[in-house]
Amino acid sequence: MRRSIRLKFIPTLFSILALGLLVVTGCSSNSPTWLTPASTNAAMVTNLFNLIFGVSVVVFVIVEVLLVYSVLRFRRKSNDEMPTQIHGNSRLEIAWTLAPAIVLVIVFAFTLQTLNAIEETPANALKVKVTGYQWWWAAEYPELGVTTASELHVPVNQAVSFTLESKDVIHSFWVPELGGKRDVVPGKVNTTWFRPTKVGTFYGQCAEFCGVAHANMRFAIIVETQEDFNKWVGDQKKDPAAPVSDLAKQGEQEFLKGICIACHTVNGTVAKGVAGPNLTHLSSRKTFAGGTIVLNKDNLKAWLKDPQALKPGNLMEAGKTIPRLTNAQINALAEYLSGLK
Amino acid sequence: MSTHATTMPMAKREYTGWMAWLTTVDHKKIGVLYILTSTFFLFVGGLEALLMRTQLSAANLKVLNPDLYNQIFTMHGTTMVFLVVMPFLAGLGNYIVPLMIGARDMAYPRMNALGVWLLILGGLFMNVSFFVGGAPAAGWFGYAPLTSISYSTTTGIDYWILGLQMLGVSSISAAVNFVVTILWLRAPGMTMNRLPLFVWTTLVTAFLILFAMPSIAAALILLFFDRHFGTLFFNAAGGGDPLLWQHLFWFFGHPEVYIMILPAMGIVSEILPVFSRKPLFGYAAIAYSSVAIGFIGFTVWAHHMFAVGMPPAINAAFSLSSMIIAVPTAIKIFNWIATIWGGSVNLKTPMYFAIGFIALFVIGGLTGIFLAAVPVDFQLTDTYFVVGHLHYVLFGGSIFGIFAGIYYWFPKMTGKYLDEKKGLAHFWLQFIGMNFTFFPMHILGVLGMPRRIYTYAGDLGWDTINLVETAGAYLIGVAVLVFLWNVISSRKNGKPAPADPWDGDTLEWATTSPPPAHNFDNLPPVNSTRPLWDLKHGGAKASPGASGHVHLPNPSYWPFVLALGLTIVMFGLIYTPIIALVGLAIFVAGFAGWVAQPAG
Repeated sequence: MRRSIRLKFIPTLFSILALGLLVVTGCSSNSPTWLTPASTNAAMVTNLFNLIFGVSVVVFVIVEVLLVYSVLRFRRKSNDEMPTQIHGNSRLEIAWTLAPAIVLVIVFAFTLQTLNAIEETPANALKVKVTGYQWWWAAEYPELGVTTASELHVPVNQAVSFTLESKDVIHSFWVPELGGKRDVVPGKVNTTWFRPTKVGTFYGQCAEFCGVAHANMRFAIIVETQEDFNKWVGDQKKDPAAPVSDLAKQGEQEFLKGICIACHTVNGTVAKGVAGPNLTHLSSRKTFAGGTIVLNKDNLKAWLKDPQALKPGNLMEAGKTIPRLTNAQINALAEYLSGLK
Repeated sequence: MSTHATTMPMAKREYTGWMAWLTTVDHKKIGVLYILTSTFFLFVGGLEALLMRTQLSAANLKVLNPDLYNQIFTMHGTTMVFLVVMPFLAGLGNYIVPLMIGARDMAYPRMNALGVWLLILGGLFMNVSFFVGGAPAAGWFGYAPLTSISYSTTTGIDYWILGLQMLGVSSISAAVNFVVTILWLRAPGMTMNRLPLFVWTTLVTAFLILFAMPSIAAALILLFFDRHFGTLFFNAAGGGDPLLWQHLFWFFGHPEVYIMILPAMGIVSEILPVFSRKPLFGYAAIAYSSVAIGFIGFTVWAHHMFAVGMPPAINAAFSLSSMIIAVPTAIKIFNWIATIWGGSVNLKTPMYFAIGFIALFVIGGLTGIFLAAVPVDFQLTDTYFVVGHLHYVLFGGSIFGIFAGIYYWFPKMTGKYLDEKKGLAHFWLQFIGMNFTFFPMHILGVLGMPRRIYTYAGDLGWDTINLVETAGAYLIGVAVLVFLWNVISSRKNGKPAPADPWDGDTLEWATTSPPPAHNFDNLPPVNSTRPLWDLKHGGAKASPGASGHVHLPNPSYWPFVLALGLTIVMFGLIYTPIIALVGLAIFVAGFAGWVAQPAG
């Protein structure tokens, strides 16, 4: 008798888990989930997911109920029970071969339909060239002459197509609410596209394991109205304003005479390095260090003091790849960088 | 060959104590060595899992630094696949398959010993890397070009490459042995259509290993050349292709999933009929669907690569084959339920684990359909959804199947039952722990959490679920400790088990528990898939015992020497040719000693 109680626990357990799922998803409205898609493509994929989810729940319930029922119903009551020795049943077996086959054919048909719909890139799409580096993303708008890093702006209701390239290892470009992943493979130019339908800031993250700081290779796509987007493009195309305060001027000198320019670009100056993020309009961005740190003067100072403490593994290492900076140098540099808008 | 061996003189050295284990060529002792090794590495891999779960239990924790986390997740995957699930199944196969088919031993006893020594030494070899500059940190899948010398500068990847080669040789030698044993050493009357399902699935698995392992062996050699001899197979800048690695790896990697699940399905197919007192429903369908899975399993590898940018038509083709493979799996599940249906269900621990296998594996199968649907896979691949999916297959499936097998055959191996109360405590702790660990992972994946990240931001709504998972993981840890306690205490003070403790169907129950070195004094006739059932219920009579002396092969330490030599060669390949030459000399000595020694 005790055993039957234990077995009845199985369906209860699953209902608890299912309930937990609902509660938890309800609580995490700030998760970057494509359950609330923000592009036409993502919406189609979510529909396909919902279809398969429905089918799976039905199959799951049927199988688990049959399993638990058969175990409970046919539990051994006495030791000399001798059940009928049935070896099989061709009709039944054909039936449960065909049934899953038919279900899968239907699922496959919808899969094909969705696949076709999301793979066709529209001709008039806005072009963005995205390059994956260990461990940050560069973005270039070749038609607009804009280069930025880790924070991409795109207009709402406009198809955007991405060409994806890698400078080192394999990465994967993924903004869940806007569309599925596309790997970024060295030696290969991949493409993907989407048409955002909602204004907002959408979380993105590298999805292919790419080394030490893989977890910290994040980015954001900011979907905005066409007017806001045009204004952003206009701002990005300008050179940054020259530093005004003495501290900022001192910072500029530190920047331009130091090792910084070996890897970083600031338009309108001699800094033309390309191994690291373009800093021309650094302080127009909300985050830095691969989308992981909120951009403000204090965080910039902490970063310049010890980049490894904030993002372990990144290529800036005080005392190794960059010199150890004095507090005066750090203050000046942070002042200069904060002015790059 | 036993027929003429009986005329040879009995000039056999006997070893005792640990030398008896080091020199054993008995499939039963070798099986036990496999199982003990797997249990040891289950604790290593489990500890790694708990470390990862601890690091992820809240946002922005610093329990592990990122490099160490990456080493640990790489070694967790590698360990659980190559040093836990595969050798557990190989060990159960080693012990049980010859008994099930009424054979005296495996076909090649010394090669059998070589397999287990390569496993043990290869497993230790790979884990040495933790202490000499860092373990591999590029994932168990080792994608190029992250594994190249430019991006993985420590010796970790070299330990990984060479260790996997040793484990590959181990697997291939075991597979050859299983194929020959099963095809040639069956008892009179045991046709292929009367083969127990565990033997069927072990046979299919052996063929899968023979066809899949060479692919990864080749890939690993190319990678080693890229790292040390300046070749450019996977270097895009030099004209190579990183995706070549992925094709070679997954051509091995996906059949590998079936290598890990088919024998577990075989175990379940043995246990359900015995504990339901009914024959397996649709024996032929289950046997042939295993063969079908074996074939189709080689046509689905690129579903691991949907997002690499293959043309939609290619993706669609692999999507189709991946969905097709769900059909033979579904057939099995319905046949298993039909086996229970109308039976007399004896709810003992092995049956709990077998039922748990079905209940959990169904979830792993269904989530597989999401991943086979290309557009949905674009969203789910490389997220925690996949981690959940694969653990329902490999933990809910393989590990539950393995535990079912251990509870089922422990009385045969030791003459003692495992304790039933502790067994049920183990089952429920593990069942609940596993669902709390792995089910929420599907949700995390849907909420956008990628795999293989050592940390995450606190404002993404992932932390509560991660905490639940970590709690579940610790529950699994407790469950496995209960299992260990059960094994140790039952081995000592367990209830004595008779030859046929479960009212079994197959030949392993026709001999004593534990079996004598020569396995059988006499064999029942085999007229169906259930020779022992026939004997007990159908009036068949056991044949008179094989008269007189049964010759046993000589014990031999040469397989160990050969394996040791190979291990030293591997160290030499990493550090200096002189060590490699020393290893080679030992290897050659082992080989020569092996050849010169009479097999017995």
